Amino acid sequence: MRIVVNGKAHTYEGPGGKRLADLLRDDLGLIGTKIGCNAGDCGACTVLMDGKQVCACLTPVAQAEGKPVVTVEGLEAHGTLSRLQRAFLAHGAAQCGICTPGMLVAATDLLAAKSRPSRQEVMDALGGVLCRCTGYQKIVEAVLAASRTLPLPEAPPQGEAVGARAAKVDGLAKLRGHERYGADTIPADAIWLRILRAPHHRASFTVGDTAPLLQKYPGLVRVLTAADVPFNGYGIYPHIKDQPVLADGIVRYRGEAVLALVGSRDAVEAVREEDLPLAYLPEDPIHGVKAAIAADKLVQADKPGNMLLEGGVIRGDADGMFSQCAAFSEGHFQTAFVEHAYIEPEAGWARRVGDRIEIHATTQTPYMDRDEVANLMRMAPDLIRIVPTACGGGFGGKLDLSVQPLLAVATWLLNRPVACIYTRPESMAASTKRHPATVTVKFGSDAEGHLQAVRTHADFDTGAYASWGPTVANRVPVHATGPYFVPHVHNWGRAFFTNAPPAGAFRGFGVPQAAIAHECMMDDLAKQLGLDRLEIRRRNALRVGQTTATGQLLEHSAGLPACLDALAERWQEWQDAADGFNAKPAARRKSVKRGVGIGCMWYGIGNTSLSNPSTMRVSLRADGRFMLYNGALDIGQGSNTIMMQIVADAVGAPMALFDLIAGDTDRTADAGKTSASRQTFVSGRAAQEAGLDLRRQILRLANAAEDARIHVADGALHIGENAAMRVIRLADLPRLNEDGDLLLGEGRFDPPTTMPDENGQGIPYATYAFAAQIALVEVDVELGKVRVLKMAAAHDVGRAINPQQVEGQIHGGIAQGLGLALMEEYLPGRTENLHDYLIPTVGDMPEIEVMLIEDAEPLGPYGAKGVGEPGLVPTAPAILGGIRHAVGVRVTEVPILPHRLRKAIMAQSQAKEAQPA
Amino acid sequence: MAAYARPADLSEALAILASPRPPLILAGGTDYYPARVGKPLNDDLLDITAIPDLRGIQDAANHWRIGATVTWGEIAAAELPPLFDGLRQAAREVGGAQVQNAGTLAGNLCNASPAADGAPMLMAMDARLELQSKGGRREMPLAQFISGNRRTQLQPGELVTAILVPKPAYQGRSVFLKLGARRYLVISIAMVGVMLDVADGIVQQAGLAIGACSAAAKRLPELEQALVGHKLAPALAQRVLPEHFASLSPIDDIRADAAYRRDSAMILTRRAIAALAIQKT
Repeated sequence: MRIVVNGKAHTYEGPGGKRLADLLRDDLGLIGTKIGCNAGDCGACTVLMDGKQVCACLTPVAQAEGKPVVTVEGLEAHGTLSRLQRAFLAHGAAQCGICTPGMLVAATDLLAAKSRPSRQEVMDALGGVLCRCTGYQKIVEAVLAASRTLPLPEAPPQGEAVGARAAKVDGLAKLRGHERYGADTIPADAIWLRILRAPHHRASFTVGDTAPLLQKYPGLVRVLTAADVPFNGYGIYPHIKDQPVLADGIVRYRGEAVLALVGSRDAVEAVREEDLPLAYLPEDPIHGVKAAIAADKLVQADKPGNMLLEGGVIRGDADGMFSQCAAFSEGHFQTAFVEHAYIEPEAGWARRVGDRIEIHATTQTPYMDRDEVANLMRMAPDLIRIVPTACGGGFGGKLDLSVQPLLAVATWLLNRPVACIYTRPESMAASTKRHPATVTVKFGSDAEGHLQAVRTHADFDTGAYASWGPTVANRVPVHATGPYFVPHVHNWGRAFFTNAPPAGAFRGFGVPQAAIAHECMMDDLAKQLGLDRLEIRRRNALRVGQTTATGQLLEHSAGLPACLDALAERWQEWQDAADGFNAKPAARRKSVKRGVGIGCMWYGIGNTSLSNPSTMRVSLRADGRFMLYNGALDIGQGSNTIMMQIVADAVGAPMALFDLIAGDTDRTADAGKTSASRQTFVSGRAAQEAGLDLRRQILRLANAAEDARIHVADGALHIGENAAMRVIRLADLPRLNEDGDLLLGEGRFDPPTTMPDENGQGIPYATYAFAAQIALVEVDVELGKVRVLKMAAAHDVGRAINPQQVEGQIHGGIAQGLGLALMEEYLPGRTENLHDYLIPTVGDMPEIEVMLIEDAEPLGPYGAKGVGEPGLVPTAPAILGGIRHAVGVRVTEVPILPHRLRKAIMAQSQAKEAQPA
Repeated sequence: MAAYARPADLSEALAILASPRPPLILAGGTDYYPARVGKPLNDDLLDITAIPDLRGIQDAANHWRIGATVTWGEIAAAELPPLFDGLRQAAREVGGAQVQNAGTLAGNLCNASPAADGAPMLMAMDARLELQSKGGRREMPLAQFISGNRRTQLQPGELVTAILVPKPAYQGRSVFLKLGARRYLVISIAMVGVMLDVADGIVQQAGLAIGACSAAAKRLPELEQALVGHKLAPALAQRVLPEHFASLSPIDDIRADAAYRRDSAMILTRRAIAALAIQKT
């Protein structure tokens, strides 16, 4: 069979039914084509066949005979980026980059037929490719701009990197299909590991003799059981290592790992589940917090009452104050499990190097992985090396271990490279989820709408294991007042174990759930008092000089009032537009109504009350370039670029002279986790300090003044100007190491926080991001369907190190917030794929306008705070507020799927009819 | 090793199907591969996409013949009369462009999902299927062919070779509406296909089927009768009544509950009829 790919003919003699995607990746090495689901649900594997976009995962190789195939690697003509690829780079259309090849190919199909497509045509062409990072807006803009040849973006000049819309430093690799993710660096001689997972939510089981299995499947090398793991427990917190790598006789959630098969890829994939020596005894599972509290059975034998922990924030006398409030409101809210749905499933490989283990895998947190694997293997941390691959999306889900522990066990025992790639259903069944929350709230205010008292009780379903449950239960009470000044507060959070997937970290750590409650309360109070919904938020917005519910005095950078001011014009405009629209006969005829809603949020940057330091290093090298040793992992959000911008300006050299090594635990210092919106603020500050340290060392060589200009050229440092210029030949400087480092700057930053007292009083975070967002929505009254037409987002980010990337983070957060509000609900065993579990497509996204407020935070690098999570938090509240404005339904459960909203609309109209006239 | 046959000749394909252990029939692959995620591909397959007889759309006197390997994308792009407007709308609602470019209408019908996007519109158009085997050729109405949730009347050794759409006596027009919880790549909560054959502004014949609200798409003959003889105008939608939907048997599932499905089917039907009325004027 002759297959032509990117103009090159290949002879293929294997089975005709093999997936084209496997041929491209495994046989031809064209790893630019990504596999996100193998089911046609995500479009990451989109290629052109005979000029038309198809999913390579659904295409038998035989059908490509005589039909030329083009992959992302074929989009460049003679090494020159296509106009479309340039536009993607210039517009910042790639974040993690895992969907980028599919997007580029799908758009190429369109542009070949139509060089100047409409926005609708672009959406139709890209509708089959899912992106979880970007919110699609910059992708659509890039495709619309691709009719022109845009110049390749240049790195910002010396001293102007911070604040520049610099292109991603790793952008070219992502656009050319060269970026290597977890599944892309597996060596050819690796053997494969397949994890067998429990089909029951709760069960006991026994493992029988594995010898017959090994006999039946030649090529199978080993069957791993719990007994093979030196220390069979892991978890985020040092004192809670409750999750086994392989379950030891007890299944606590469906999808839990029970066995692992190691052998040739064909052999491990061929093993049929019915041949496994496993005998299960299923039990009735505990599902939901109510059942966990009521159950006489336990999920974990040593956790009485199925409770993980509880805690809160108490200030003043909230209950006493309510009686003095002119207005108050109460509510009870419910949210669901939510899946991260990064498009890259968990993947990686490991090898044993002497007495060390080296793991190459997709992750958000190389150093935590290193220490955790060391603990599991009963080895010293420096015997484990984590080499992170590019990360195709994380959002909190890749903070927990996935493939790493079993790869370590297998490669250690077998002394061969071992690889593992999760399937999509496996990724969804095994990985952590957003905590379902039940939030009961009461808010009271005076007659002018000033909040006097808030009481919140939040219960979280943390699933079978602790994971990040404590973080969620601790973070929420701090944030549950909303970004408002409240003198009397009683906020309490609890987390319970159930027989569900472990709920862990997911963009916002519980705060998005709580925000749905507090923003509904603000709307309730506004309604009662006849106040404008934006105005009541402005009256209560936390400001510099005020004290939070934990007793923390805000000394700097509390820009919520400015955010609200920035939105005021749109707020009025959209409300007028919605009213005008609803008054038209056409709206009534089509049974659609429009409404506008608003949501506000604050978000503490970094770990709650716990130390979370970052260390960064930057060197000047013998080749006249700078090297950033960057332990802060870029999971698509752009920290590689942000760190380079910061360090370049700190050193005082052009960004184009900087290179970076990212994440490798042998080569970088610990910069903590990519979580809690902390990398720009914490690692960015460390990078700034590292840059300043290096600059001081350079200046010291020349005894130059602090503000002297540094210029590197012709193998020499040129320091100062004109007559005062000193020239130092790099060849004259001693080398620090084999890499050619001559001078090494180091910086460390740990945001100042304090441990809370028994009432939760203290300084949980060194700084807070603030934001307000508004949404214009349209509700199909008869069908209960919601379309978000427009959103405007005003964010106080302290300082936008890279405004383009800040916008991208906000767009992406909004997409996930929209999913949370309208469609995302993970049901274990029922929605373990990307067609039953729905995330927003390009067609679901509104036009988004971003307004940046820069109220500088003195602790942050050049004033910056963080923006990773804040875009998500106020999105659902704004959309729900819009629904309420449109049709009067006060939504208390998300996702508000069409049938749920329709039911609520009908219940409300019946209630109205029942009222006496 | 599994066998993979991709004959270029229909009789060869039928001969392969006549074997004692007939292979699975593969066209666009958009249902086959998703059902085998993480599983070995060890089925014997008969790939029918190289057979010229199964391609293309032909105008054949009293009917249209849609070859078994015609894709959704080809239907969307084909020059066809307004009778096919609804089918074109359905084509644009299937998956994303990738699935539309590979997936076939006939495959969609043979897969017989309750939510098959092709079934309601084609059923409303009175489509028949042409079935061939080594032993001969027969035709069967689509409504009869799909006998349940993922069940069809396809016999061992048989291949669907074409979809036959009869030409209406007058001015046939159609509309398809699909309801899902998101735009693109979505499985239907409910959908409706409506075909009205109109002469002098009066409905002469009506075809109407609902998808995703029963084990298989379902025609609503009483409602069809209630429309015949009346003027095609927006007010015609008012003849659509809840009792017309009594024969549906929707289920509660992750996408929606049964009551909502039934209500939505009625609302979509009213809207589809209103859309046809507005189109006409």
